[in-house]
Amino acid sequence: MQQILELFENVTQVTWQQAVMWVIGALLIYLGIRKKMEPTLLIPMGFGAILVNLPNSGAVTQGSEVGPIDVLFNAGIANELFPLLLFIGIGAMIDFAPLLSNPKMMLFGGAAQFGIFFTLSMACLFGFEIKDAASIAIIGAADGPTSIFVANFFQSKYVGAIVVAAYSYMALVPIVQPPVIKLITTKKERLIRMPYRQRPVSKTAKILFPIVITMIAGLVAPKSVALVGFLMFGNLIRECGVLDNLSETAQNALANLVTILLGFTIATRMQAEYFLAWETILIMCLGLVAFVFDTVGGVLFAKLMNLFTPHNKVNPMIGAAGISAFPMSARVVNKLGLQEDPENFLLMHAVGANVSGQIASVIAGGLILTLVG
Amino acid sequence: MSLNFAAFLDSLSIMGLGMLGIFIVVAVLIAVMVLLTKVFRDKAE
Repeated sequence: MQQILELFENVTQVTWQQAVMWVIGALLIYLGIRKKMEPTLLIPMGFGAILVNLPNSGAVTQGSEVGPIDVLFNAGIANELFPLLLFIGIGAMIDFAPLLSNPKMMLFGGAAQFGIFFTLSMACLFGFEIKDAASIAIIGAADGPTSIFVANFFQSKYVGAIVVAAYSYMALVPIVQPPVIKLITTKKERLIRMPYRQRPVSKTAKILFPIVITMIAGLVAPKSVALVGFLMFGNLIRECGVLDNLSETAQNALANLVTILLGFTIATRMQAEYFLAWETILIMCLGLVAFVFDTVGGVLFAKLMNLFTPHNKVNPMIGAAGISAFPMSARVVNKLGLQEDPENFLLMHAVGANVSGQIASVIAGGLILTLVG
Repeated sequence: MSLNFAAFLDSLSIMGLGMLGIFIVVAVLIAVMVLLTKVFRDKAE
């Protein structure tokens, strides 16, 4: 009888904190499956959260025995490798033609990064150390790999909460953005029409674009070279026209493989002792602040532009599409435009702003690393 | 939890420099994109 009790001794070592993490893990899985919120990340993270919060879990390091999830973490996240590999896939998926045919959309991508820096200040106000504040602020990049890259660079102990916040709010863009947009725009502004004139972009321009962008961003913010470079490399293999197999692999097999490992592995930072803290709730709130003020920054910049171009006005909602959550934000803006006027198609303008946000968020990440690092 | 106003004020310079830096880079990128599309026009045009 004693031996049987010893066999199941581990059951008695469950703590209430671990049980709470099981519930959180289950919630992430539920949100991923039932609500289809970023399932590629939330489901592995949710399952991983359960896995690492079992008492004496063999999945994580226990004393001198190194757990496999920690091996993966050190192999791919601690050294920034997984997010960078994922960026190759993301770069291969993006078509920058809508931006190249209307370069001024890049302004909205820049303006919509305001939430990052505003949240940095808010996080400092609430007592976070500057490097942790910067790691939290980068949630506003609305870009998972950038968030992981920056948070790991600063060795923030809040990586788990930051990643959960980043991916959750990216999935919640259709809920977060519309009320903010409606609050700071008038109906008249939302009705502004923007006719779209298709301007073809040459293949040469599409090939040179990723190369030139990498060089410029790298010269300005050298710490962003890895982020920008891997993103643009993915785009180059897409646009060059002679590496279709590699482009296909990057968009599918590589992106899917890294996503599996990334989501599952980041869960090592969702162990109860790291995750269950008052700071986690504060980080979730600050993440929301970041997304809200990204939207505010983009929309207000568009309204400011309209003061100087009264005869060629921009629909201010386009500014909100400058957030890097691609293509969700562009669809949200297009839908809002159609709700106001069923003949006002803003999609192509919004897509231009949205892809510019992808570049701007990476540049913002590089600038944060330079200014704070 | 106590609010750290000194750190908040210090961070405002990072906010200012960061946004200025982004817009400078954005301006350069716009110029580059205009140059690329003008120099390397699509044959259909």
